[in-house]
Amino acid sequence: MTSYEKVKAARSESRPGALDYISNIFSSFIEFHGDRKFGDDGAIVGGLAYLGDIPVTLIGIERGKNTLERISRSFGSPNPEGYRKAVRLMREAEKFSRPVITIVDTSGAYCGVGAEERGQSEAIAESITTMIGLSVPTLALLIGEGGSGGALALMAASEVWMLENSVYSVISPEGCASILFKDAKEASKAAENLKLTAEDALEFGVAEKIIPEDNLGSPEFYSSLKSMMEGKIRSMMGRDDLAYERYLRFRKFGESR
Amino acid sequence: MAINFPYRPKNELERHGRGGEPRHGEKELTCPNCHRTLSESILENNYYICSCGYHYRIGARTRIEMIVDPGSFEEMSESIKPNDPISFPGYGEKLEKARRESGEEEAVVTGKATIGGIEVMLFAMDPFFMMGSLGSATGEKITLVFERAIEEHLPVIGWSSSGGARMQEGLLSLMQMAKTSGAVKRHSEERLLYISVLTDPTTGGVSASYAMEGDVILAEPGATIGFAGKRVVEAMTKEKTDRSFQTSRFVFEHGFVDSIVERSDERRILYELLSFHTGR
Repeated sequence: MTSYEKVKAARSESRPGALDYISNIFSSFIEFHGDRKFGDDGAIVGGLAYLGDIPVTLIGIERGKNTLERISRSFGSPNPEGYRKAVRLMREAEKFSRPVITIVDTSGAYCGVGAEERGQSEAIAESITTMIGLSVPTLALLIGEGGSGGALALMAASEVWMLENSVYSVISPEGCASILFKDAKEASKAAENLKLTAEDALEFGVAEKIIPEDNLGSPEFYSSLKSMMEGKIRSMMGRDDLAYERYLRFRKFGESR
Repeated sequence: MAINFPYRPKNELERHGRGGEPRHGEKELTCPNCHRTLSESILENNYYICSCGYHYRIGARTRIEMIVDPGSFEEMSESIKPNDPISFPGYGEKLEKARRESGEEEAVVTGKATIGGIEVMLFAMDPFFMMGSLGSATGEKITLVFERAIEEHLPVIGWSSSGGARMQEGLLSLMQMAKTSGAVKRHSEERLLYISVLTDPTTGGVSASYAMEGDVILAEPGATIGFAGKRVVEAMTKEKTDRSFQTSRFVFEHGFVDSIVERSDERRILYELLSFHTGR
């Protein structure tokens, strides 16, 4: 597949969404709502669940399955309230020493007048800063599109795992093409140049693992992913150097020393 | 483009007349707000503020010289320069153009200086270098400022001026948002002060990381500050935005900056803030 074909695959409506992963991998999910400041954002779902017998905090970005749901979830583009809800849940997880698992799928943070009024920038900055400094194990799973700062806000994790056909990019290929090549139709070329595939991310060290999609959405797919996640989370539990290790994980990008 | 100012600022030019006689053959600048043309030496003597109050965009070095004690600036990390990590087409030429236009090797100048005798680590972004975009070397230089500030137990002042992450470096520039945020957090955990000054423009990945993470956040008048570009928002909502949208006044009114400070007053305010926090 070309890079742009991967972008299209990552955006495909038939792919499992965050809630599918939550219901197939985790048990006893209890959803928590609201940022305790302004409102509840439909694009970000969060709460408590068990991974095997490990209690974890889950934060996912859900695009929605049908038109009505997509509208209520603003097509998976979180508003500031969503990131503030995520921050609240991360802090609660840290208080109770629970690992945090994020499931990311977004074309980017919501762009709108209200989002700007309520400080989209500040909300994303706060989410990145909170997540990167957590003392508990963190794991980010990128299942579809990882659009820029809006995705990074939930991906400042100890490890980032990407589905085989997921993409992670600083800007959408269409946005890049319209700025640089003055033509959104050059998106395919831009996608190639941006190096946004899972293999690229693995090569840069931006991702640690690629999850094969051979049987995407099947019971075997979820059970194998579950056991990998459980193993990873268990290996990080009880350690007291996770925040520093995570700092170094991000420190290495473009390091001069 | 008209800039909507909340008030007519006090202005050195209006109070004391012209700052100097124009030098022969000197460059003249036309104000994008009031269209008045003034020679560069006049503007230079007035912090590059037009008589209408418009704050011209200025280079990183000009800004640092304006604020810190004369001769106190020691630059660091001069040798850190951008490379082309993902071999992005046209990036090399873009960098060449940026170097020519700004006279800088990167979109940020960093170092140590004193303000009223108080030692401080600082970084100033340069809008003339690829619109201050955040690349790997930019992020590295800023991270090193915070790390050295931790080692030497010093406050940090940072002037942001950026259109956002540098797309020509792909994911590696996105990672700089997390890297710099991590450094800000570690600096903060040492209970050290970070003052962030938002100048025109502070948008995208820079506003969504270190620019919005200051203990104190100041903004220059009339700066564009926001996450998504105005045109992106308009395309999304299919409505024209108000002309005050994403200005300093807009983010101030919504509670995201502590104060809007005119450039002519910045040195004094920064000195007072530093004094409060260093117990002088």
